[in-house]
This record gives sequence, C-alpha cells and structure tokens, in this order.
Amino acid sequence: MIAHLPALQIVLPLIAAPLCVLLRTTRLVWLLAFAVTVASFGIAVELYSQVLQYGVISYAMGGWAPPIGIEYRVDQFNALMLILITAVATVVLLFARTSVAKEVDQRRQPLFWAAWLLCFTGLLGIVITGDAFNVFVFLEVSSLSTYALIACARDRRAITSAYQYLIMGTIGATFILIGIGLLYMLTGTLNMADLAARLPGVTESRTLKTAFVFIVVGCSLKLALFPLHLWMPNAYAYAPSAVTAFIAATATKVAIYVMLRFFFTIFGADFSFGAMPLGQVLMVLSVIAMFSGSLVAIYEQNVKRMLAYSSVAQIGYITLGISLATTTGLAAGMLHLFNHAMIKAALFMAMGAVVYRLGSCRLDQMAGLAKQMPWTMAAFVAGGLSLIGVPLTTGFVSKWYLVNAAFDAGWTIIPVAILGSSLLAVIYIWKVVETAYMRLPPADQKPVQEAPLALLIPLWIMVAANFFFGIQGNLLWQSVLQAARQLSGEI
Amino acid sequence: MNWVTHYNYWIVILLMMLGFYTIIARGNLVKKIIGLNIFQTSVFVLFISMGKIPGGVAPILRDDPTTIYSNPLPHVLILTAIVVGVATTALGLALVVRINEAYGTIEEDEIHEQDRFF
Amino acid sequence: MTHHFILRVITKLLIPLILLFALYVQFHGDFGPGGGFQAGVIIAAALVLYALVFGLNTASAVIKEWVLLVLIPLGVLIYAGVGVASLLLGGNYLDYNVLAHDPVHGQHLGILLVELGVGMTVAAVLTTIFFAFAGRGHRDANGNLLPHSALSDEIRNRKDGQP
Repeated sequence: MIAHLPALQIVLPLIAAPLCVLLRTTRLVWLLAFAVTVASFGIAVELYSQVLQYGVISYAMGGWAPPIGIEYRVDQFNALMLILITAVATVVLLFARTSVAKEVDQRRQPLFWAAWLLCFTGLLGIVITGDAFNVFVFLEVSSLSTYALIACARDRRAITSAYQYLIMGTIGATFILIGIGLLYMLTGTLNMADLAARLPGVTESRTLKTAFVFIVVGCSLKLALFPLHLWMPNAYAYAPSAVTAFIAATATKVAIYVMLRFFFTIFGADFSFGAMPLGQVLMVLSVIAMFSGSLVAIYEQNVKRMLAYSSVAQIGYITLGISLATTTGLAAGMLHLFNHAMIKAALFMAMGAVVYRLGSCRLDQMAGLAKQMPWTMAAFVAGGLSLIGVPLTTGFVSKWYLVNAAFDAGWTIIPVAILGSSLLAVIYIWKVVETAYMRLPPADQKPVQEAPLALLIPLWIMVAANFFFGIQGNLLWQSVLQAARQLSGEI
Repeated sequence: MNWVTHYNYWIVILLMMLGFYTIIARGNLVKKIIGLNIFQTSVFVLFISMGKIPGGVAPILRDDPTTIYSNPLPHVLILTAIVVGVATTALGLALVVRINEAYGTIEEDEIHEQDRFF
Repeated sequence: MTHHFILRVITKLLIPLILLFALYVQFHGDFGPGGGFQAGVIIAAALVLYALVFGLNTASAVIKEWVLLVLIPLGVLIYAGVGVASLLLGGNYLDYNVLAHDPVHGQHLGILLVELGVGMTVAAVLTTIFFAFAGRGHRDANGNLLPHSALSDEIRNRKDGQP
C-alpha cells in the first residue's frame, strides 16, 4: 500500500465526502471527516519522508504512464504543502466542530462537512497532481465547495460575498484554463514535466507569452494579489469562522503554489523572469499590496475584515520574496507562505472564538473583552505578535530571511518597505489590543464567558506552532530552502 | 497570417469580450451569470476548434489505416470544463435565488444600498 | 386533467423513447460516442420533461427526492469504489486492467462500472437541481412540496387570469 500513498492522499477524503451525504448524522459525519483528515496528515508526513529518502515520487493514475496519463508527482515543495494543508485542516477541524455547530444551521451541517471534505480534496489534488489540466479541475472542485461553504453562514451578506467570490474565482480559473489551452496548442501535452521539456523550444512564440500572461492573471485572482483582491475581504469576513480560518490558511496558499509551479517548473525561471518582466511587475504590485492592505486594515471596524486586508498585505510579502528571482528570495517567500498560514489560522480561530461568544467581531463590541475572555484574547495577541514579526515568533523568522534575501539581491529599499509595512501591522493589531484590554465594556452589553475548551485547545495548538517554529526557526527554513533549490532546478 | 482562416479565434475573442463586458457592466446578478457562461463558452470554442484537423473525421477507430482523425483530447477536456461550468452556473443561480429571498432584489446597487446601514 | 391534452399524450409517448436512448448512450459508451455524462443528462431531461408537463408533485411521486439524494453519493462511490477495487487487486488506482483476468475485459468492465456511476450521479444531480429550483417557494417548513405547485398549473392559472 505504501506505493499507493499519492493516490490515497486524494481518494480518502474523496470517498469520505459522499459517505458524509449518506450518513446524514452530524456527529458521525464529523467523526468520519476528522478520521480522514488525520489519516491524510499521516499520509502527507509519510510522503515527505519518502521524498527526502528516495527523491521525487511519480504515480501513474489508472496505470497509464506519463506523459499520456495523469501523473501524481510529489517533490519536496508539494510534500511540504501537503503537510501544511493536512495539518491546518486537522487543527481547524477540531476547532470547527463547536464553532460550526453554532454558526451553521443544524439541517445543513452534514452537507456542510461533505463540502468541507470536497474542498479539502480539491486543495490536496491541486498540490499533488503533475498534470496541468488536472490542476484546473481540482481548482474548481475546491473553489465550488468553498463558495458553498461561505454561503452556509447565517449572515445574508455571506451569500452576496459568496456570489462575488464565485464570479471572480470563475474568471480566474477560466483564465488559467485559457493559458493551459494555449500551452496544449503549442506543445500537444498537458503533463507538467513534459511541458517543461518542450517549452524551451518555443520561447519566441507569441502564444507562449499570451499563455503566460493569462496564467499569471488567473493565479493572481485566485491568490488575491493586489489589485485583484476585491473578493477576499467580504468572503473572509462573512464566512463561518472555521471556514475563514481554513481557507485563509490554505486556499490562497495553494493558489500561490500553482503560480510557483507554473513559473518555475513549467515555464522555467529563465523564461518567467528573463524573457518576461515578471519580477518587476510582481515586485511593484507586492509592495503596493503590503502598504495598501495594511492601511485599509487600520481603518477597518470588523476584525475579520481587518485580518482579511492584512492577508492582502501578507500575500504581498510572499510574492515579494518570489519576485526577487533568487533562490533565497524564493525560499523566503515560501517560508512566509507556511508561516502566514499558521499565523492567520491562529488569528482567525481566535476571532472565531470571539464570534462564538459575542456573535460578532466588531471592534466596538469587543471593548473590555480581555477580562471576560482572557485566553482567547491572549491567543490573539500572541498571533498578532507573530504577524508583526516580533523575535521568537514565526513571523520574525520569515521576515528576517526576506530582508536578508532582499539585501543579497542588491535591493536596499525593499527591507525599508518590509519594515514600514510591519509598523502598520503594529497599528492595527494595537487597535484591537487597546480596545480589548484598556477600554471598559459597553454598559448595555451582557458579560460573556471564556470560550469553551473545545475552541481554546486547537487555538492554542496553533499559537504554540507559531512559537515553536519561531524559536526553532532553522528547522522549517532548511526544508524550505531545499525545496526551493529543487523547484528552481539548482540540484 | 491569414485573417480569414483563423475565423475561429475571432469568434472566441468576440464571445470572450461579450461575456466579460456583460459581467462587468451589468448590475443584474442573473445577467452576470449569463455573461460568465458566454465567457466560459468562448474558452470551450477555443479548445474544440483547436482539436479540428482539416479532413479529420470523428475519432472512432476505423479499419482504414489512412484515416485522419480529429484530436479527441480537447473534446474530453471541454466535456469536463462544461460540467464544471454547469456546476458553477447552478451554484451561482442558487446563490441568486437566496439573495433574492434575503434582499428582495437581484440588482447589485440595490443590494449595496441595503447593506450600507449594517 | 384535460388541459394540454396533446402535450400530455406526446410526452407519454416520448419519455420511454428518451429513456431508451439514454440507456443506449450509457451502455454503448465503451464502443462509440456516449457515456455516463451524456446518458445522465438525457435521463434527467426525461424526468424534467415529465415534471414540466405533469407537475412537480406528480414527478416527485415518480422519483422521490430522497432517492435522488442517495443516488448522487452512490454514483461517486461506485466510481471511487472501482478505483479502490483495482488498488486491492494490485494495480494502480483506477487501473482497469487488473479487474478481470484478461486486461481487455478488465478495461471493459472498469469503464462500464465507472460510467454507470457517472450516469447515476449526473442524472440525479441535474434532476435535484431542477427540483430544488422549481420547488423553491412551494415548500412547507419541513421542505416537503406543497400541493398544486406544479409549473403547468401556474401557467394555466395565468392564462385564466387568476392570480
């Protein structure tokens, strides 16, 4: 069975989703989802250790050898991504049981978990597949289920934001599809490795450049790169809190993965950054994203929306690292991808706990909350410190390497920008801290209790991960650096 | 470059722009979905016309070894994409139905107007 | 039941033919054009036609909604189950060669079963989508259809000038 792990990674959640629909009992459905997610995590860890030991794993779906058949291909980068997705999913799922029970209609819950598992399957599928068209299919599997998950919230604005996300997301996915179609037109193949082998022969072709642009725009829409981020704040703000924590930590990250896979594996760094002016464009947009996202976040009254705008800024850091077009820059961007997933999962889970008790996460209602929910707010502060980039947290580690990579690449203005944007993060995190710790609760508001342990334990696991990888900063960095070397073809 | 023999690309571009314009310019949520459908259809046409080979027949195996077949792979890909498109449309329309129930309108500006006070 | 007499008779004649054609497309799919997607859509078309002419309530008596909701996941499970079976028989996931002792037979069997699952799910999904949209606003609190919510009834009412 060990040889079939790449298939099982996808098949387990895929089979569990229809079983959820058949089971129809919320408790059983959740247990099944949890068991499958934990098993997926185990498979992902095992895959990573195998990749480290034996090198790239290739799995031929249906016994059709690549490049004819669909290939599942696991290298260091996507093995790490698989671990990230399954680990975040496991922790958030623990959290989600209580949170979802409160925020989603009882009647919809079994189907909610089926959609959750489909989203999970889609995300894993995008990461593991070695076939360009398969990426599109899994992208749509995960996106369609995400739209449904967002619309499950009770707030009616959730439906409009899901609709908005559906329109934008479909345009993005269709752009990627056009790009893949043009690539197929040029080369007659859809297998990523085969594409990579055939594309260098046609680098002068205008079709290739068009395909590249379509794919860049499509991926940018999906990963919410400034100025294509407009779907994100509302979708994150009004979705059920557990869904927000899950998709904020995984969905945009997977879109970044797709972009990296196209840039480095398929088109090749020489074409992406040499023949096309990707580095310059990406760098300008990233810096604008870092500042505009943080600035808007400062004026936001809804904390979930604030964190969503902060995500726009943080995605800017990730793409900034990529735009440096050096291996260390790429590795720093990738490291921030992993760290930001941990940070945002922790912060959104903290807000989920607040919503669980307060029913809202508007700043004016959170005044004086730290006295009533000390553990939740402490977790928020810890996550906030990591977001700002205080030493001993993951946020510090990735920003440190990002600054180093920028200096190495000969940029002196970039570290200043990183520092400036981090200072803006201090302001908006401080706004929440000040409201929760230093203001008195509004007189007409009933005092609330601390969130239940079922929410606090997963929340603090995520916070602990932030500190663990912050203190052991070298641990993740070495793995990511190796993965970046493999991706950019240095080894 | 022969402009006339590449007429399929002109159709694709026309459909794509029509659909895109509808998505951007129309405030009615159902019309936006129609625009999205036209936009997706243009991509279907792009793929399917790419699989056509002059003189090629439908790719069903024949005894005659000199037969030229059209490329079936784009058709298969687009079959998948059509299914995705159907799912997207159904989900989008379902959301529109629920928006209509929650707001009493499917005009974008009126929905924004109602949400401003929250 | 005297309204649209011609429509009703023609529909009754057509539906068996449509279903027969759907079965042909389904089971001839491994020799010629066809397969589960197309057959599923044709079956759903027959059911939708029936519902349009005879009303939603009659149609949901013919095919109960809970049956549809079982068929949808069941089709996916058949598909995934074929893959698991080929895993257990020692092949890669969805490798039909190992399903029978002869690889060609295995391919036949595999594609037949997979397309059966696809057809089931597609037919059930499309019918469910139609029921969900058409029945919206005509249901009680438990989600059951209210009587006289048929589309044809509504059209008739409009013609008669009633609200």
